[in-house]
Amino acid sequence: MEAVGDHAIIGDCRAAALVDREGAIDWLCWPRFDSPSLFGALLDDRAGHWRIAPVGAVRVERGYVGPTNVLRTRFLTPTGRLALYDLMPVASEAGKKSLLLPEHEILRIAACEAGEVEVAMSYAPRPGFGRDVPALRDGPLGVRFELGAGAVVLRCEPRCTLDGGTATTRFRLRAGEDTAFSLTLAHQWPGVLPPIGPNARQALERALRFWGDWSARCRYDGPAREAVLRSALALDLLVYAPSGAVVAAATTSLPEAAGGNRNWDYRYCWLRDASLTARALLGLGFVDEARAFVSWLLQSTRLTRPRLATLYDVHGNAPPRERPIAWLSGHRGARPVRVGNAAVEQLQLDVYGEVVDAASRFAGAGGAFDRTTASMLRGFGEQVCRTWRSPDEGMWEPRSGRRRHTHSTVLCWTALDRLAGLARSGRLTRLPVDRIESCREEIRREVETRAWNGELESYVAEFGGSEVDASLLLLPWYGFARADSERMRATHDRIVSELDAGNGLLFRRREDRDRGEGAFGACGFWRAEMLALGGRLDEAAELFERLCARSNDVGLFAEEADPASGAAIGNFPQAFTHVGLVNAALTLAERLRHGGPAEGPA
Amino acid sequence: MNVASWLLWGFAATLVLTGLLSVGQGLGLTRMSLPFILGTFFTPDRDRAKLVGFGVHLANGWLFSLLYVAFFQSWHRATWWLGAILGAVQAAIVLTTGMRLLPGLHPRMASETHGPTPTRQLEPPGFLALNYGARTALATFVAHVAYGLILGAFYRPV
Repeated sequence: MEAVGDHAIIGDCRAAALVDREGAIDWLCWPRFDSPSLFGALLDDRAGHWRIAPVGAVRVERGYVGPTNVLRTRFLTPTGRLALYDLMPVASEAGKKSLLLPEHEILRIAACEAGEVEVAMSYAPRPGFGRDVPALRDGPLGVRFELGAGAVVLRCEPRCTLDGGTATTRFRLRAGEDTAFSLTLAHQWPGVLPPIGPNARQALERALRFWGDWSARCRYDGPAREAVLRSALALDLLVYAPSGAVVAAATTSLPEAAGGNRNWDYRYCWLRDASLTARALLGLGFVDEARAFVSWLLQSTRLTRPRLATLYDVHGNAPPRERPIAWLSGHRGARPVRVGNAAVEQLQLDVYGEVVDAASRFAGAGGAFDRTTASMLRGFGEQVCRTWRSPDEGMWEPRSGRRRHTHSTVLCWTALDRLAGLARSGRLTRLPVDRIESCREEIRREVETRAWNGELESYVAEFGGSEVDASLLLLPWYGFARADSERMRATHDRIVSELDAGNGLLFRRREDRDRGEGAFGACGFWRAEMLALGGRLDEAAELFERLCARSNDVGLFAEEADPASGAAIGNFPQAFTHVGLVNAALTLAERLRHGGPAEGPA
Repeated sequence: MNVASWLLWGFAATLVLTGLLSVGQGLGLTRMSLPFILGTFFTPDRDRAKLVGFGVHLANGWLFSLLYVAFFQSWHRATWWLGAILGAVQAAIVLTTGMRLLPGLHPRMASETHGPTPTRQLEPPGFLALNYGARTALATFVAHVAYGLILGAFYRPV
């Protein structure tokens, strides 16, 4: 089983697949991010894969083709060189009008670039998280099997041999020759079976053009542009285009510690990430994506308003009840594999600040609120005023009970602050501004009194506590405190002294280190951003560069990283980490332009 | 012929037929979508095909109900069970003959004997439309029986 960081992602903004360095797709959930897996070898060798690789490859080089989401893996063998292109075909809206495209497709093109190469293909779909061995049927239109009412069809030129739910073939390619493999899923509609051959090449060109055009919309022009653009491209693959939702990661149950049991399903949308994600998309110039995301945010939360759940599925429904998938052995033995996420039952007060701040950014970018949304925002204000004193689980979602978390309380302050700002600027009417502002000031007093530990000379993670956590680095980001204030500088130093994981990485909390978990990817970037906000630009730039260098070979980050080796740990690729990278870059670039510390929030 | 009755119930029966097939599709019983198949006669654009196909299907169903009305007029009566029998016969013809002839008629449909080409990529339905899901025949049968049943129950012959 390949390591987490040995993977690259391909996708079509509806689903995503992970491809390892051996040419195997070992993770694919179809037709949606949170559907059961069709290929799940990432979590159990028996749970399905689709491998195309030369026999006897001695070296592998890979990367995305320019600023696109088309992956190219080059295999060097003693007799020749093979390039394998992996993609989920995409087309522009104009292109779709003149093309009949499959609902879902993975296209793989093997092209011999030099010499002669013998290639082996092994296709072993195992639907239902590896539970089912499908009855494959070979026919004139491809190798097919039924998936519920849907049909999965593999089409390729070499003749396949079928054996117990697995199709295999071997073939030779000489320099200049190529052959394509198309896997389609017809989920709800009559299937579309694109021809292979020249058509596959056209689909590849179309995808390269699509992603190239998309990347050209990125208006970022600061440090580490390539890493930022790769993060944006990865982030876009985690967007569910039909609704605008952004899932936290493409995977479930990749462990937070090797062999551990802290394995969670991240294929849902966390409100916790809302404001940071909205800022990242807006800051890069992807205004349509940002608007779609905030619209999803405001639409999906209507079902539970004025209460906000911690997470939703891509259509704004509650995710399924958390349950273990008992028949999977887990990634490198890390059990259990879970589907669904019990965090949905938690109370996380920070989500109000996240949603309201995202809405405020949306308004700042020219968006307007309809009557229902305005009423909903006022409802959030009321809800925050009622509940901000309540203990909650907090953003790290421990399953050990509720506490008064500083980060959550500051996000309650953020919600009220942004609501008051919207009202004062005339974008939100009929808000009891005086009451909202009075409550906001009360929250500030409480945080400054009870979340400040005079002995430690630091803000602390919980009211009256003596531990810090990395979420405190975000206080300036939301505008609660200036990054160059005495208190924030002292808090920063305390966090670094207690949570430093080496190489610029940070643990979330001290207990993560004690438990053998990795350093949390986003936290290092938060620190770089806080340094930039505080005007410490050289330190920020140096740290940011070091952190960017911790990505895997194709520029992707997992949720966590092993402090010693830098290896990716946890669900992958993780939107939160990439959002952290983008936001740090945006702030750094902005501060480099203007110089000095920031006056307000990021 | 009772034109007013035909116009009203021919339209209603077609709506129900389309609705039942869509529900079957939504519930994952079948991938059969007659509007989509009809729409792709005219355009490769998926969204446009669904819209155009819906209109064509509605017109088709309406016109096809004339055949039912002709039977009712010739029998001088219309009952729900006579309509249901006609619907069942129509479903059988659609599933056995119609679906097998479709690849020859449809400009964008591949066939079992001729693999997909750049212009013909739509999966053919196959015998009993089983390529569109094992329960397609059942869903199609139920929808057509309901279509005939409505016409038989509500059309008033003169």
